[in-house]
Amino acid sequence: MDVVEILFTASFWVAAIRIASPLIFATMGELICERAGVLNLGIEGIMTAGAFAGWFTVYAGGDLWTGVAVAALAGAMFGLLHATLTVPLGLSQHVVGIGVTLLATSLTYFTYRLALPEVTSPPKIDAFQPLPIPGLSKIPVIGEALFAQTPLTYLAFVTVALVVWLLYRTPLGLAIRAAGENPSAVEAQGISVTAIRIGAVMAGSALMAIGGAFLTMSAFNSFFFGMINGRGWICIALVVFGSWRPGKALLGAILFAAFDAYQVRLQQITGGVVPYQIFLMMPYALSILALILVARRATYPKALMIPYQKGER
Amino acid sequence: MRLEPKPAPTLAVTLLYPLGAVAATLVITSLLVLVAGASPFSVFYLVAKGAAGSQFALLETLTRSTPLIFTGLAVAVAFRARLWNIGAEAQLYVGGIVTVVLGTGALPLPAFLLIPIIMVVAMAGGALMLLGPAVLKTRFGVDEVVTTLLLNFIVLLFVSMLLEGPLKDPMGLGWPQSSKVIAGAQLPRIIQGKRLHYGFVIAIVSALIVWVIMKKTTLGYEMRAVGHNPQAAGFAGIPVNRVLMKTALLSGGLAALAGFSEVSGLKGNLTLDLSPGYGYSGIVVAMLAMLNPVGVVVSAIFVAGIFVGADAMSRAAQVPSYIADVMVATALLTMVVAILMTRFRIRWK
Repeated sequence: MDVVEILFTASFWVAAIRIASPLIFATMGELICERAGVLNLGIEGIMTAGAFAGWFTVYAGGDLWTGVAVAALAGAMFGLLHATLTVPLGLSQHVVGIGVTLLATSLTYFTYRLALPEVTSPPKIDAFQPLPIPGLSKIPVIGEALFAQTPLTYLAFVTVALVVWLLYRTPLGLAIRAAGENPSAVEAQGISVTAIRIGAVMAGSALMAIGGAFLTMSAFNSFFFGMINGRGWICIALVVFGSWRPGKALLGAILFAAFDAYQVRLQQITGGVVPYQIFLMMPYALSILALILVARRATYPKALMIPYQKGER
Repeated sequence: MRLEPKPAPTLAVTLLYPLGAVAATLVITSLLVLVAGASPFSVFYLVAKGAAGSQFALLETLTRSTPLIFTGLAVAVAFRARLWNIGAEAQLYVGGIVTVVLGTGALPLPAFLLIPIIMVVAMAGGALMLLGPAVLKTRFGVDEVVTTLLLNFIVLLFVSMLLEGPLKDPMGLGWPQSSKVIAGAQLPRIIQGKRLHYGFVIAIVSALIVWVIMKKTTLGYEMRAVGHNPQAAGFAGIPVNRVLMKTALLSGGLAALAGFSEVSGLKGNLTLDLSPGYGYSGIVVAMLAMLNPVGVVVSAIFVAGIFVGADAMSRAAQVPSYIADVMVATALLTMVVAILMTRFRIRWK
C-alpha cells in the first residue's frame, strides 16, 4: 500500500478516532481543571486508576456503564485529594500532581495484586462493542470512522459538546473561566473560588478516569501495568496545543491520533528498515514539538497555578 | 479557612515535621495492610527487619539508596531554583548509556583514568539532556514539567533501540542487554563479596559538595533567590536565565551519575530495567529532605529501606510489595503538608 493511499482508507480513520477517544476525555478533563486555574499533573495516575476501576467493576460482575461510573467516581476521589491540597492549602501544583500520580498508580497496582494474586495474564471482560448508527454509518469512510464506533467514543464527542456548552453558555462556566483568569472578580460576585476550583478539579479528574477506562473497556478488554504509557502527559500538551479551547483541543487530539495511527501503518510498510522504536517515539516527540510551536503565542489562563486566598491581593 | 504565616520554627521543631509526616504515612498505609488482611504491626516489623535487621539487609538498603541519593540531589538542586525537573529518569539512563559506550572496551585505560573520564562524560550527557528543556523554558516559555516527562519515554525507547542495535550484547542470547563493562570501568566493592560499592561513597561526597555549593557559593545563593522569587531576583541583578541553565546542568549531571553508578558499580551492563523509577522516587527523596542536600542522604536511605524491606516482607506476608510505592507516594503528600505547617498556621473561621 502507498504511503498516501493509507489516508483514504476507512480502517485508518476508524483507528484514528478510536485512538483519539481516551485522549478526548482526558484532554477535556485537564482543560476544565486548567480553565479553573489548577494544573492537574495527577492525570497520568488518575487515568491508570480509572482504567483499573472500570475494568475491575465489570470483571467483578457489574455491567459496563456501572464500570464507567465507578471509574468516574474513583477519578473524582483522587481529584478531591488533589484539590484539597492545592486549592485551600495552596500547595505546589507540580509536586502535589506528581504525588497524586505516584499514589494513584501505586494504589492501583497494589489493589490489582491484592485482588488477583495468582493470575499471570490479566483476565478479559466483555468490552463495549461497536454500535453502528443506522444510515449514517453507511457513508463511505467518514461514516465508518465516526458512526460505527463504540458507545464510549460517542460519549467522548458528546462530552466535548457538553464542555463547550458548560464553559461558554452557562453562568457556572463563566465562573469557572473567571476563577482561572481573575479569581477576585469571582469572589466579588459572592461565589467561592475555592468551591469552583475543587468542583472543577473533581469533574475534570472524573473525565480523565473515564479516558483511562476507555482503554480497558473499549479499545482493549483487560488491564495491563503501564498501559497509560504517557497518554496523560500527552493530554497536558494537547490542552496547551488547543490553547485551552475545547474545540481546538478536540481537533488537536484527532490530529494527534491520526498521526499515531499513521505511524503504525508506516511501520508495517517500512518493515524493519527503520527501528520500530523511532515510530514509537513519535507521539512524545510530536507533543514536545506542538508545545514549542504554540508556546510563543500561548495565552495561559492568567491565574493558572496561582493559589487564591480570600482577601489577599 | 485561611493560612496565616508564622515565625520561622527552631531546628528541633523543623525536624519534627518529617517525623510527623512519616507517622501519618504509617497510619494511612496501616489501613491498606488491614484491607489486605494482615496485621499492620507484624507487616511494619517485617519491613523494618527486611530493611535493617541484619548486616545483609542493611548493606542491601545502602546499595539501593545509592541511585536514590543521586536522583534525590538532582531533584533537590532543581526544585530549589524552581526548575521542575521530572526527567531524572531520562538523565539516569543517559548516564548508563555513556558508561556502557565508553566502558565496554572503547577506551582501554586503567581504572584511575577511565572511571573519572566516564563520570565526566556521563555528567555532561545528563546535563545536556536537561539543558534542552531548560532552554525551551527560558526562551520559549515551554513548561519543563511536560517536556522532561515526555523525554523520559523517548529516552527509554532510545535505550531499547540501542540494546537491540549498536549496543546489543552478542553473547546476550537475544535479551535486550549490553555487553558487560571491562574491569577498568567497574567501581570496586566496599566489602569484598558484598554488593555495596564505591558508588555509595561518591554519592555521599556528591551530597557534601552540593551542600557547599548551595550554602557557601554565589551560585547557591542565586539559585535560592531565583527559586524564591524570580522577578525579585531579576530586579536585584541576578541573571535569572543563566542561573536556571547552571541549575539544569548541575541537576542533569547528578541524575546521570545514578545511571553511571548502577552500571559501573552494581549491574555491569545496561538493561531496560536499570531503574525501577529511581528518577521519580528521587522527587520523594528530595521533598522528604526538604531539599537539603545532606538530608537527601538520610531520606534516600529511608526510602531505600522501605523498598528493600517491603520486598522481604511480601515474601513472608501476603501483602503485595507495591505497598512500598504507596508508602513512598503517601509520604510525599504528607510531607508537603508538613512543610506547609512549618510556615503557616491554619485558621478555621
